[in-house]
Amino acid sequence: MADVPLVAVDNVSRRFGGLLAIKGVSFAAPAGRITALIGPNGAGKTTLFAIIAGFLKPSAGRVRYCGEDVTGEPPHRLARRGIARTFQIVQPFAGLSVRDNILVGAFLRHRSRAAAHAAAESVAHEVGLAGVVDRPADTLTVAGRKRLELARALATEPKLLLLDEVLAGLNPSEIRDIVPMIRGLCDRGISILMIEHVMQAVMRLSEHVFVLAEGSIIAEGTPAQVAADTKVIEAYLGHGAASKLGATHA
Amino acid sequence: MKDFGSIVAVVLLLAAVPLVTHSNVVLNFMVVALMTALFGQGWNILGGYGGQYSFGHAAFFGTGAYVTAVLQVRYGINAWFAFGFGIAGGALVGAVIGALTFRSGLRGSHFALVTLAFAEVLRIVASVAPMTGAGVGTLIKLDLRPIAFQFQSRAVFYWIVLLLVAVALLTTRLIERSRFGAWLVAVRENEDAAKALGVDVAAVKLGAMVISATITAAAGCFYVQYFLFVDSAIAYGTWISIEALLTPIIGGVGTVFGPLVGALVTKGLGETAQALAGDAPGLDLVAYGVVLVLVIAFLPRGLSRAGERLLRSRVLPRGEAGHG
Repeated sequence: MADVPLVAVDNVSRRFGGLLAIKGVSFAAPAGRITALIGPNGAGKTTLFAIIAGFLKPSAGRVRYCGEDVTGEPPHRLARRGIARTFQIVQPFAGLSVRDNILVGAFLRHRSRAAAHAAAESVAHEVGLAGVVDRPADTLTVAGRKRLELARALATEPKLLLLDEVLAGLNPSEIRDIVPMIRGLCDRGISILMIEHVMQAVMRLSEHVFVLAEGSIIAEGTPAQVAADTKVIEAYLGHGAASKLGATHA
Repeated sequence: MKDFGSIVAVVLLLAAVPLVTHSNVVLNFMVVALMTALFGQGWNILGGYGGQYSFGHAAFFGTGAYVTAVLQVRYGINAWFAFGFGIAGGALVGAVIGALTFRSGLRGSHFALVTLAFAEVLRIVASVAPMTGAGVGTLIKLDLRPIAFQFQSRAVFYWIVLLLVAVALLTTRLIERSRFGAWLVAVRENEDAAKALGVDVAAVKLGAMVISATITAAAGCFYVQYFLFVDSAIAYGTWISIEALLTPIIGGVGTVFGPLVGALVTKGLGETAQALAGDAPGLDLVAYGVVLVLVIAFLPRGLSRAGERLLRSRVLPRGEAGHG
């Protein structure tokens, strides 16, 4: 089993009308690790996430989870299999309290109200929302809402957690608080695939990074390797940027 | 137990009404109000908790009424059994409409319009089909025996509709406390987020639709036993669909007691307006409309929630109200 990646995307493409948003992407994320997916805006990262989580069907290619083909399965069934996602644009159940938000996720594995309550309570504690569980979700700060996204996903007790820019919009001290928390999730056995723009966090968290640009994987490796990659620098800063940077360094 | 205490208390209190008064006017008013609360509660489960605003709940009310009446009149089936079949028939119509609309992903105003269209189609069919009595309607023979589900005393009818309302209230509370209820509210609040948390959105909506249709159909079955007459304009009329959604909206959408409060208030208001307007035709409807507009404009979350807030602000010292 050790050789089978937890999730593998195999030659996946996705077309929106005339636009080929994802062009034959293949990559795999191993179990028990934090894998990062980075890339400039519009690269197709969120589209790729939506395909893995079942929110979009790929136009071509397969998605495998635990070695099984799960291409095109609806999101609720993938959630039952153990794939949880957060949304880049937070999607709280605005009219509900923080506790009831988390409870919806907890009910996936706990049928009884008491058990689901206990599970939700412990998740709230883990992500640092214990003090605000009775507040309506729409009164939370941006950082609070990001935590709530995380909490709800965790409450489904996932094996694979897809984090779509959970650090975006947070200030440095909030990022400092959340980074160790994500590390802690991985330590207790949850595999993580994260889209992230905050490079400092990517550097600290993940061992393996894939770089997506214009719908294709253009580089992969350790954070240090991809950060030095000419193609990656050009994807972010434009054609010729790498050589100019090299010139000023010299 | 705490969850159900308030329901038991309210039902017991209402059960005492026929002991206090023998006035047929009062009892008739209360029967109609409770029947309205019943189909309002049906709508509330799908619309209030599930956020699926149906404009066609007459489809279920009418089916319940017609099945109950036609089985008795044309097939000689006992009224109590016909009543049961009426409820089942309404549930079946709910399952069919739910499967068709939710499978094709209809939401919001599209869902509202399609449910309205279903109710209208049923109304037109019922107004021409020979089985339903077409334009003439169906009259149930007077047979004042309990075995025929007919009673001399209005009080018995009152207690029967109260029992149905009690069952609907308890069902609503049970849903509120259950996993199904949490998922239903999640669907109302945000379908995508619900899906991501493992909620089978289509199945949850369909379940809510069937429960909703069942309760609404029970009101239709009761209607026909009480008035002993049904035609297409009554059974499948838009007035049912509108009252079904207006009642919980006035009383408090997505709350257990909302439809009951809404029904008592709107029916009471209608009666009062009629009494005050006297001979001027239509004036009562104008007054009724104005009050509805005011309630919706100033208490958008409904009367029962507003009442709760008022109660809390009186009980708690100033400054503490609204917190916690």
